[in-house]
Amino acid sequence: MIELAGLSKRYGDKVAVDRLTFAVRPGIVTGFLGPNGAGKSTTMRMILGLDHPSAGDVRIDGRHYAQLKDPLTYIGALLDAKAVHGGRSAYNHLLCLAQSNGIPKRRVAEVLDTVGLTTVARKKAKGFSLGMGQRLGIAAALLGDPRILMFDEPVNGLDPEGIHWIRNLMKSLAAQGRTVFVSSHLMSEMALTADHLVVIGQGRLLADTSMPDFIRQNSRSYVRIRSPQRERLLDTLHESGITVVEAGGGVLEVDGGKAEQIGELAARHGVVLHELSPQQASLEEAFMQLTAEAVEYHAHADPGLGPQDRSAGWKGRAR
Amino acid sequence: MTAAQVIRSEWTKIRSVASTVWTLSLAVVVTVALGMLIAALSRSQFDSMPVRQRLMFDPTYVSFAGMSLGQLAMIVFGVLVVSNEYSTGMIRVSLAAVPRRATFLFSKIAVATALALVVGMCTSFAAFFLGQAMLGPHQARIGDSGVLRAVLGGGLYMTLIAMFSMGVAAMLRSPMLSLGTLMPFFFLISNILGNVDATKKIGRFLPDQAGGRIMQVVPRADDTPYGPWGGLGIMVLWVIAALAGGYLLLRRRDAQ
Repeated sequence: MIELAGLSKRYGDKVAVDRLTFAVRPGIVTGFLGPNGAGKSTTMRMILGLDHPSAGDVRIDGRHYAQLKDPLTYIGALLDAKAVHGGRSAYNHLLCLAQSNGIPKRRVAEVLDTVGLTTVARKKAKGFSLGMGQRLGIAAALLGDPRILMFDEPVNGLDPEGIHWIRNLMKSLAAQGRTVFVSSHLMSEMALTADHLVVIGQGRLLADTSMPDFIRQNSRSYVRIRSPQRERLLDTLHESGITVVEAGGGVLEVDGGKAEQIGELAARHGVVLHELSPQQASLEEAFMQLTAEAVEYHAHADPGLGPQDRSAGWKGRAR
Repeated sequence: MTAAQVIRSEWTKIRSVASTVWTLSLAVVVTVALGMLIAALSRSQFDSMPVRQRLMFDPTYVSFAGMSLGQLAMIVFGVLVVSNEYSTGMIRVSLAAVPRRATFLFSKIAVATALALVVGMCTSFAAFFLGQAMLGPHQARIGDSGVLRAVLGGGLYMTLIAMFSMGVAAMLRSPMLSLGTLMPFFFLISNILGNVDATKKIGRFLPDQAGGRIMQVVPRADDTPYGPWGGLGIMVLWVIAALAGGYLLLRRRDAQ
């Protein structure tokens, strides 16, 4: 269990992490989602006692990180796969970490085997590919057989096979009852791995919810309608108590999965329909909408491609 | 977590990188070889020296002449041991494993210092005996008054130079910045300050000049206000200051 209480980090005037309060619970994969620069890595460094919080508090199983005896046996973390001395072999890198926490030597061979690096264990880390470096970082996290695991953007730069491996690893670690906290800037990645979701933007907490709830609240399903007899259709729907949103370009939208009901209504009143199609907004759109105001640097894309226009009718739902 | 665990870990770190081997071997080879060369030159020039210089001839100190260059390798060793953590990003992994920063830094320094002491002593004794062999009839003997002190002092001097560099690297973090500060300081600035009359009085309180006094057996006719051990004491104070500064900054700063 990781508990954050009002955790904040300021660099001069700039607020990187702004009063974060949430808990990461055992037995599930908790996704830590936010756009680049949202403060995810800074938060993770504060959890590990590497960066000093400007305010607030973070505890691991009720204790501060520095109070943990042999911390690698409580919490294992992969922050940056490149944070290895390139001249040192994978084996010696893990050995020095094991020795500092009184972890038996045989664990080094075990975790090397788990991540599939046994054959290159004696090779210098500077010759490693990004994927191998990522595996070495994960081996280091697993070294102390900790109850809590934390991974910062673990699938970045991995090939599909590596991504698949990491997803399964995280799920199996959570299934063993461990606490798994994993960050990403990709909603689609989280949708595949996380059971619970913590979303931040510009250092602030935007959502702390279970994945099914997030999907239910944010993956808006609606019906898209086009009709040459627009006014008549609007009247008909209005009489039946169905709320319609005008989406521009002559397109009408109705929340919920009421396509059959609307079709029957239109038939009964003799309204011609050119289109009647159930739609589903993607989670990626929901995430972009949620963090739209919190993104530090906007790319000025072609209007119409951005998330804003698509979602004008359902602002405020995101929370 | 015990200090013994962390010391074992730091020993694994230091023995598993190539820079340890090449910096320390360079320190030995350069110090000994240059000392032998200068001893051999002194022997061939001895008869043409003025009488005053002959009377002041310090055979022990001559065999340590290579230390001015050899200490630079010791500086590189001290700097790399600490700054490697920062330049590779390993510092975040290291401090996550050992969150007590005093334990982390002082275990690292203890291991590197022990290694530097062993190498420094071997270098000093080798430089002395091989240098004296080159001096032939003008040589000093280890049993002569003050000679053993000078040879042991040579080993301590090299160790303290490495420790001072570790402290500076802990403060500056970047290897390039640390080397770019220490190398010119010890190779140029200290020499210039020590040889210009106006700054001589300040120059002799610098760590290398004060510490180097212990390697002299025949005292120079100047008004240096400290003896061999006093000089070494001044150098120890510099080392303590550098290490304390390094620790205070490490404790205060975020790990990066």
